[in-house]
Amino acid sequence: MTQPAPNLDPVALAAAVRRGERAALARALNLLDDRRGESRLQASLLLKQLQAGQAGDEGHLIGMTGPPGAGKSSLTAALIGVWRRRGLRVGVLAVDPSSPVSGGALLGDRLRMKTSAEDDGVFIRSLACRGEFGGLSAEVWPMSLVMLAAFDVVMIETVGVGQREIDVSRMCDTTCFVAQPGSGDSVQFLKAGILEVPHVLVVNKEDMGAVARRTLSELGTALGRVHTDGDWEVPVLSASATAGTGIEALADTLAMHGKALVESKRLLERRRGYRAQWLLKRLQEEFGSHGIDQLGGEQAVLQQLAAQDLSLFEQHQALRQRLLATH
Amino acid sequence: MSQDTVKRDRPWLMRTYSGHSSAKASNELYRMNLGKGQTGLSVAFDLPTQTGYDSDHPLARGEVGKVGVPIDHIGDMEALFDAIPLDKMNTSMTINATAPWLLALYVAVAERQGVDPSALEGTTQNDVLKEYLSRGTYIFPPTPSVRLTTDLIAYTVENIPRWNPTNICSYHLQEAGATPTQELAYALSTAIAILDAVRDSGQIPPERFAAVVGRISFFVNAGIRFVEETCKLRAFGAMWEKMAKERYGVEDEKQRRFRYGVQVNSLGLTESQPENNVQRIVLEMLAVTLSKNARARAIQLPAWNEALGLPRPWDQQWALRMQQVLALETDLLEYGDLFDGSPVIEAKVQELVAGAEAEMARVAEQGGMVQAIESGYVKRELVVSHTRRMRDIESGELKIVGVNCYRETAESPLTAGADAGIMKADVQAERDQIAALQAFRAGRDQAAVASALEQLRAAAVGGANIMPPSIACARAGVTTGEWSEVLREVFGEYRAPTGIDIALAGQAGSAAMDQVRAGVRRTGEELGRPLRLLIGKPGLDGHSNGAEQIAVKGRDAGFEIVYEGIRLTPSQIARAAQEEGVHLIGLSVLSGSHLELVEDIQAELKKIGAGDLPLIIGGIIPDDDARQLLAGGVQAVFTPKDVDMNAIMARLVNIIRLHNGLEELA
Repeated sequence: MTQPAPNLDPVALAAAVRRGERAALARALNLLDDRRGESRLQASLLLKQLQAGQAGDEGHLIGMTGPPGAGKSSLTAALIGVWRRRGLRVGVLAVDPSSPVSGGALLGDRLRMKTSAEDDGVFIRSLACRGEFGGLSAEVWPMSLVMLAAFDVVMIETVGVGQREIDVSRMCDTTCFVAQPGSGDSVQFLKAGILEVPHVLVVNKEDMGAVARRTLSELGTALGRVHTDGDWEVPVLSASATAGTGIEALADTLAMHGKALVESKRLLERRRGYRAQWLLKRLQEEFGSHGIDQLGGEQAVLQQLAAQDLSLFEQHQALRQRLLATH
Repeated sequence: MSQDTVKRDRPWLMRTYSGHSSAKASNELYRMNLGKGQTGLSVAFDLPTQTGYDSDHPLARGEVGKVGVPIDHIGDMEALFDAIPLDKMNTSMTINATAPWLLALYVAVAERQGVDPSALEGTTQNDVLKEYLSRGTYIFPPTPSVRLTTDLIAYTVENIPRWNPTNICSYHLQEAGATPTQELAYALSTAIAILDAVRDSGQIPPERFAAVVGRISFFVNAGIRFVEETCKLRAFGAMWEKMAKERYGVEDEKQRRFRYGVQVNSLGLTESQPENNVQRIVLEMLAVTLSKNARARAIQLPAWNEALGLPRPWDQQWALRMQQVLALETDLLEYGDLFDGSPVIEAKVQELVAGAEAEMARVAEQGGMVQAIESGYVKRELVVSHTRRMRDIESGELKIVGVNCYRETAESPLTAGADAGIMKADVQAERDQIAALQAFRAGRDQAAVASALEQLRAAAVGGANIMPPSIACARAGVTTGEWSEVLREVFGEYRAPTGIDIALAGQAGSAAMDQVRAGVRRTGEELGRPLRLLIGKPGLDGHSNGAEQIAVKGRDAGFEIVYEGIRLTPSQIARAAQEEGVHLIGLSVLSGSHLELVEDIQAELKKIGAGDLPLIIGGIIPDDDARQLLAGGVQAVFTPKDVDMNAIMARLVNIIRLHNGLEELA
C-alpha cells in the first residue's frame, strides 16, 4: 500500500520555483524524488511547466567531481563565495554514496559549503546514490532542471573516480575535475581512459607546495589538450580552497566554458542530447535493451529524441506508449 | 598502633566541578564548599564563555549560566573570587579555546587583590586538540589553537611558575568512546604535539625546556573497570617518564613524573536507578587512588544525579564526603604502593603500553596528532569504539545494572521530592547577566578598550605572545566576546570532522535490526522516497557523542542522514531541514537549554513555511521539561535511559508514519 501523494498544482509550483521560493523548491525536489506513480505524473507536469516558455539555455550547469578527500566541498564553498559576490544565485546538488547493505546514507558537508545560513541565494540538496551501481541516481538530472529554473549557477558534486564522472559529464554543460595533490590516480585514470576528459582540471591544495606543483605538471602532460567535444583547450588550474587562492580564476574559467557553449550555439543541442540520454536510460530500465531494439536501436532513438522539441514528459510518454502497445 | 606514629601521605586536592547562574551565586557556592573541607576550586564556565561569546550574543540565548558560570569581563571574575584570596587558592579552570583570556582575567583579578601573579597556583585545561574530538568548545583551526596553547605555556613557565598551563585530557576521549589503549595513545600524542610546538616556537631557551615538560599535567577519566583503569594509570606513568627522558632529554626525575587530576566517569552514570551511581563513583575513585605510584594529584567526583539534571549543593557535598571518607577514615594513605611486583598488574600494564605504542606509531606516521585530527582519522576511530560499546550495551553483552539488567526497582525516595532530586536553573539569571553586561560596557573607557584590542590584534597577526596583550585587555575592561572576535577575525573559525563516516563492516544484522530496516524501507516505499532524517545539534553544546551514535545507527537502519556537526543556529537547522526535504528532525541538546532552543527552532520552521515538520529531541532533559516539550508539539523526548537503539529507530519510523497518515508498525 502506498500513501496518496500530496496534490500539487504544477502551474503554481513551477511559477514559485522560478521566483526562487525556497519552500516551493524544496517541494519540487521532493516531488522529483518521489517514486509513486501519481507523483511521477505530477513531476512530469512540473517539468513541462518549467520548460514552457523557456529558451532552454538558462543557467549554467556545472559538474564537479574527483576522488574522495580532494576537497570538492571546500572548493565548492569557495566558489559559492565568489559567485555570491558576483551577484549570482547558486544551487548545489551534492551526491554521496549510500550503504549497499542498508540503503542508508550520510549526507554531510552542507555546512562546509555554506557561508551564511541566512543567504537566500544559496540552496543545497544532498542526494544518495541509492544503489545505482557506479552512477548517479535517476533523479539527479531532472532535479538539476528544477534548480536551473531558479538559479544562475547549478553545481552537481559527486564523489569518486570512474563511471560517475562519465555520468556527470553526460548531464552537465561544464565538467570540472578536482585532483588531489600527490595522488597519481587521476593521471593514471586519464591515461587509461577511465576518466573522461573534463572541461576544466583543477589541482586543489596548492598550499601543499611542491607536491601540488608536481601533480599539476603531471596532469598537464597527461592530457591531450583539446577536448573531445570540440573547440576547447582544457585548462589545468591550481587553487587552494583553504587558503582562498586561485578561486576567482577557477570561477572565470568555468564561466568562460559556459560562455563558449552559448556563443557557439552548442548549449541547446548539448542539453537536448542529455535529455535524450536520460530518456533512453529510463526506457532501458523499464523495457530493457530489447525494448530499445524494438524502437530501432539506441542511435535511432537518440536521434529521434534529440530532434523533437517536445517536452520531456511528452517524449517519454509517447515512447512508453509505443512500447507498451507492442508488448 | 596509635594513629600519631603512622606516617600518612598527604591527601590529594579535593574539588568539585561547579559554577552556575552568575559569578555571585557561584562565589557563594565556592565559599560554602571550601567551608565543608574542599581544598581547591574547579571552575565550570558556561558555554558562551567557553566558546568566546558575550552573554548577549544571539548564539548565547538559553546558554547563559547553564553548565557553568558566565564570565563576560573582569568585573565578573572579581565577583567570582570575592573574599577568596588567590594566593591561598589552587584553582582549576576548565577552559580551552578561551584559556589565555580566562587566565588573563585571573591574573588581572590577582593584581586587584594585591596578589603577586607569580604566586598563583592552579590549572588551565588549555587542551584544544581534544575539543575537536569530544566536547566541542573549539573556535579556531588547529594550527592557531596550538599556537595559543603554546603561548600560554611559554608565558606561565616564565611568569607563573607554579601554574599548570595545560591539562592534557584523556577524560573526554573516554567519554567519546576511547578504549584505555586509545586514551593512552591519543593523550600522549597530544602531549607530543604540544611540547614539540612549544620547543619549535623558540619562546623557551633549550636549557629551560625541562621546566616546560615538568609543568605538563593530565586530566584523566576513571571508568568502572577499575582494575584495568589502575593499570592504565600505571601505564601512563611509565610511558610519560620514558617520553620525557628519551624524547625531551629531561634529566630531573621530578620533572618526569606523570602528574594528573581526575574526574571520574560521567559516561557510565545512569538515569535509571540513579542511586547506583554512588557505588560506581566510589569504585572509580579507587582506580585512581589505590596505587600510590599512580595516584591522582587532584580529584573531583560527579554527583550521583548528573544524568538527571543539575546537582544541588547537597548532592555535591555527598560527592566531597566520599573523598574525605576514603582519604581520612580508611588506612589507604598509610601504605606504599600496593601493586608493585604484582605479575597480574604488570602483565596488564605491558599489554596496554604495547597497544598504545602501536597506535601512537600510526598517529606519528600521519604526521602527528594535529594531522590525524584534521584528516578525521582519530575521530573515526573513536566513533567506531563508541559504536561498539553501544552495541554491546544493547545486546546485553556489556552489563549495566538497572539499565539492561535488573531493571525492577522500588520507587526511589531520592527523586520523590518536590524538586525531583535536581536543581532548577535560575531562569532570571540570563536576563540579569545581560543587563549587568550592558551596564558594564556603557561605563568603561572605550578608548582604552579599543587600544587594548588593537594591541591584541597586532600580537595575533605578528606572532608575539598573546598573554601580555590579553592581560592588558582584561585590565581595560574588554569583554570575552570582544577578545574572541578579534582572534576570530585573525585566525578564522573551524569545523571539525564528525567522524561518522565509518564503515559498518562485520556487523551481523540482528533480528531486531532487520525488522527496523524493513520498517524503514517499507515506509520509504509507501511515502514515495527513502526516509530522510536531519540530526541537529543547536546551541553551543559540543557534546556530540549521542548525536553521532544516532546518525551512525540511523544510516545502518536505512535512513538517509543529514548531520552537520555541532553549534548550529536554529535558523541553520530549520533551513537545512527544508532544503534537504527531510521527514523528521532530531535534535540533541545536553546543555540544559532545550526549552529555549526548541522554541526558537519551531519559530524558524514556521517562518520559512516548514512548520509541519515533526521534531524529536534527545538529551539530559528532566521529566517536567519533557512534559512541557511534548505539550509544545515535540513528538518524542529521549533521555540517557533510552539505550535500546533499535527501539529508538522503530519509534522514529512510527512517528514519521503517524505524521503522514500511515498506521503504526508493531
